[in-house]
Amino acid sequence: MRKLRSVSYRQASEFAFHHATALAAVALVVLIIGIFLVVTIQAAPAWRAFGLSFVTTAIWDPLRNEYGATPAILGTILTSLLALAVAAPLGIGTAIFLSEIIPKWLRRPFSFVVELLAAVPSVVYGLWGLFVLAPWLRTGLGQILADHLGFVPLFAGPSLGIGVLTAALVLAIMILPTITAISGEVMRAVPADLREAMFALGATRWEVIVKIVLPSSKSGIAGALLLGLGRAIGEAIAVTMVIGNANLFPTSLLAPAQTMASLIVNEFPEAFDMHLSALLLLAMLLFFITLVINLIATWFFYRTKHGVTNGTKSSLWAKLTLRRQQA
Amino acid sequence: MAQAVTIENFSFWFGTTQVLKNVSLAASPRQVTALIGPSGCGKTTLLRCINRMHELQPGTRSQGSITIGEEDISSPAVDPVDLRRRVGMIFQRPSPFPHLSIFENVAVGLRLHGMAHGRAIAERVEMCLRKAALWDEVKDDLDRLGALLSGGQQQRLCIARALAVEPEVFLMDEPCASLDPVGTMRIEELIKELQHEYTVIIVTHNMHQASRISDQTAFVLNGELVETGPTAQLFLAPQDPRTEAYLTWKIG
Amino acid sequence: MKNRRQRKVAGLLFESLCVVSAGLATVALSLILYYIFRRGISTIDFGFLTRLPAPVGVEGGGIGNALIGSGIMVGLGTLIAVPICLAAAIYLDQNPDSKIATLARFASRVLAGVPSMVVGLFVFSQLVLRSGQYSALAGGVALAIVMVPVITLSAEEMLKLVPNSQREASIALGATRQQTVFRLILPGAAGGLVVGIMLAVALAAGQTAPVLLTALTSRFWLETLQQPTASLPVLIYHYATSPFADWQAQAWGAALVLVAIILALNVTAQLFLAITNRRT
Repeated sequence: MRKLRSVSYRQASEFAFHHATALAAVALVVLIIGIFLVVTIQAAPAWRAFGLSFVTTAIWDPLRNEYGATPAILGTILTSLLALAVAAPLGIGTAIFLSEIIPKWLRRPFSFVVELLAAVPSVVYGLWGLFVLAPWLRTGLGQILADHLGFVPLFAGPSLGIGVLTAALVLAIMILPTITAISGEVMRAVPADLREAMFALGATRWEVIVKIVLPSSKSGIAGALLLGLGRAIGEAIAVTMVIGNANLFPTSLLAPAQTMASLIVNEFPEAFDMHLSALLLLAMLLFFITLVINLIATWFFYRTKHGVTNGTKSSLWAKLTLRRQQA
Repeated sequence: MAQAVTIENFSFWFGTTQVLKNVSLAASPRQVTALIGPSGCGKTTLLRCINRMHELQPGTRSQGSITIGEEDISSPAVDPVDLRRRVGMIFQRPSPFPHLSIFENVAVGLRLHGMAHGRAIAERVEMCLRKAALWDEVKDDLDRLGALLSGGQQQRLCIARALAVEPEVFLMDEPCASLDPVGTMRIEELIKELQHEYTVIIVTHNMHQASRISDQTAFVLNGELVETGPTAQLFLAPQDPRTEAYLTWKIG
Repeated sequence: MKNRRQRKVAGLLFESLCVVSAGLATVALSLILYYIFRRGISTIDFGFLTRLPAPVGVEGGGIGNALIGSGIMVGLGTLIAVPICLAAAIYLDQNPDSKIATLARFASRVLAGVPSMVVGLFVFSQLVLRSGQYSALAGGVALAIVMVPVITLSAEEMLKLVPNSQREASIALGATRQQTVFRLILPGAAGGLVVGIMLAVALAAGQTAPVLLTALTSRFWLETLQQPTASLPVLIYHYATSPFADWQAQAWGAALVLVAIILALNVTAQLFLAITNRRT
């Protein structure tokens, strides 16, 4: 008969196991703190040198070591909000379709197709935006806007194809799957009893959607929109490929511009000393903005009555892809 | 204004499974008709056919007719949405809308169908809450969320909600299944009140409940309507041996 | 009484708007995939996949070193991230309510929201600046960090699926916690864990900014981990923004290869998940 392991051996191995896994968990915390600290420390020189004027000055001149990030910040705000404005109605509409209207046998293949959009890497979106969307905008929509609405400063030409509008549209397509998938899951999780009770009162399907499904999903949809916004704000590569990289105030939708993320990715290769520090200060800004947005989104999901990923109605695949969307 | 519900030779299929076999039943106005029988034998399905709720699921098929008053409910002239207003339904688990207040829960049907506006809504809400024997308990707190009431109160809220749209028929699917004895008693008292104005058809597992509140009882077994008759008669002198077996707990 | 027809028409109108939205979303995806395929397919042949890039201005050239570079860095990232994240996920599963667990979960969620470019900057300042050297190693580390939240959070989900009844049975037999983990929980969740890793790999394969900032790029084969290396996303980025038509065409080819790999990983992951689900 095999000798039974001694109690002390067992206790020792349990101790080692517990602490090894705890160490790994702690490592994650240390990692995020480390990232925060490093970025902050490297950004400190720029902050000390420029302070608040960093965000209020418009001149960004590496040659003279003067750094004012206002055009980039405005560019980020403009492109992200515009992207959200386009993606939100489309995404929520698609989510309603997926959750309430689509014939049941079509649902899995269709949501799979939408989720594939999320898996396409940002550089490929940028490639497509640069060579397909930009030419189309230059001679199509952009030209139309410049010709007919050009007197309005917002649509002033010339129509170059690249610029704020292009970047916003590319961002919109990029965040669309996130908004659709998460909103759709939240809507599907609304209990069937509530819908049936509404039908039994004599409501049409649209009335059930508007009066029961949407109000119950408010929080989750808000979270989804915020997650999409966060992604749009942090996106560097796709934006830098289509926005024109001009460090100027975005005066028109058709004009080239810059965002915080695209500025960093553009100038970083040749940056050192104060220039690098300024870029890292921008990165710190980005870090904080996306952090706050994600925290608020998490709070919204926590408030969702029927749970997004802890609701029993969530499919397993949905749970995994939602984890990934949030990444 | 209560209407008679007449079911004639009604059969129903879920895909290829036949769930109801040639059921014929007449529920008279201002009377309570109880449907009893073992679980899963089609009672709830029959109920849900009366307000065409089964249409919300794909792959169903029916044959035969269900008539309310003089109208065949499956005729093209009948709009299912309007039918569901005229036929109120109470479910097993109370389902007040959690994001609406008590007041708004009752008012939702009125607003949906445009049946009242402004102050008239408040009047109707009060009237329906009184009819549902809930007014005294909630009148000071109408803005509280409906989901915060107790189980029995929630079910009475659902009844008030259904009453608001002026139905002609009241369908109840085991309304007391998730309530305690006190709550059950209150609902049963309410049903006896409601029967003066509406046609009530109630599905119940509880034979004692059926014998307490219904005028007519129908016994359903495996999708077949085995026997139907005045309640006292069915319970004391059942004609069909299967009915007797069920009543004496030999089956189901 | 509100007009019944009005309500019906309004409902149909808004529902069609939703159908239109869904149609537009499908059209967007199809357009992108279509263009990638159409413009990329003509550039791809065996030589393209195995050659080195040609000197500037010279026609021909391929993405061989980019493919290898991406493979090595993603592999490195996986090797680094998987053990740590798995161990962390095990801790989260075994001690779900402890303070460390709450902190670790929170850290993962925060990390998930950090733009991948910031991750690249972090690794750049810690590894590249200090050693004075862009390297594939740094690239691997950056990708590992990007993969951490996905692997950790999905692994925890998968581990949680192992039913409590089985865990209790194991403990009741006298097994220690780590025996239960290694003999019951990990094998039971293995399928799901693999799926999570596949998804993380697909995510990492497409990352541009972290790799650009740490491994830069190269026109040669990779010889050691301590040198800069090419990668598919960075190659696409550089070629697309270059003025040469030949390079632009190669960008499409590389994009097709990259998207094909990523989509294959996603589809495999989903099939795998369906199979493991059916078995339980």
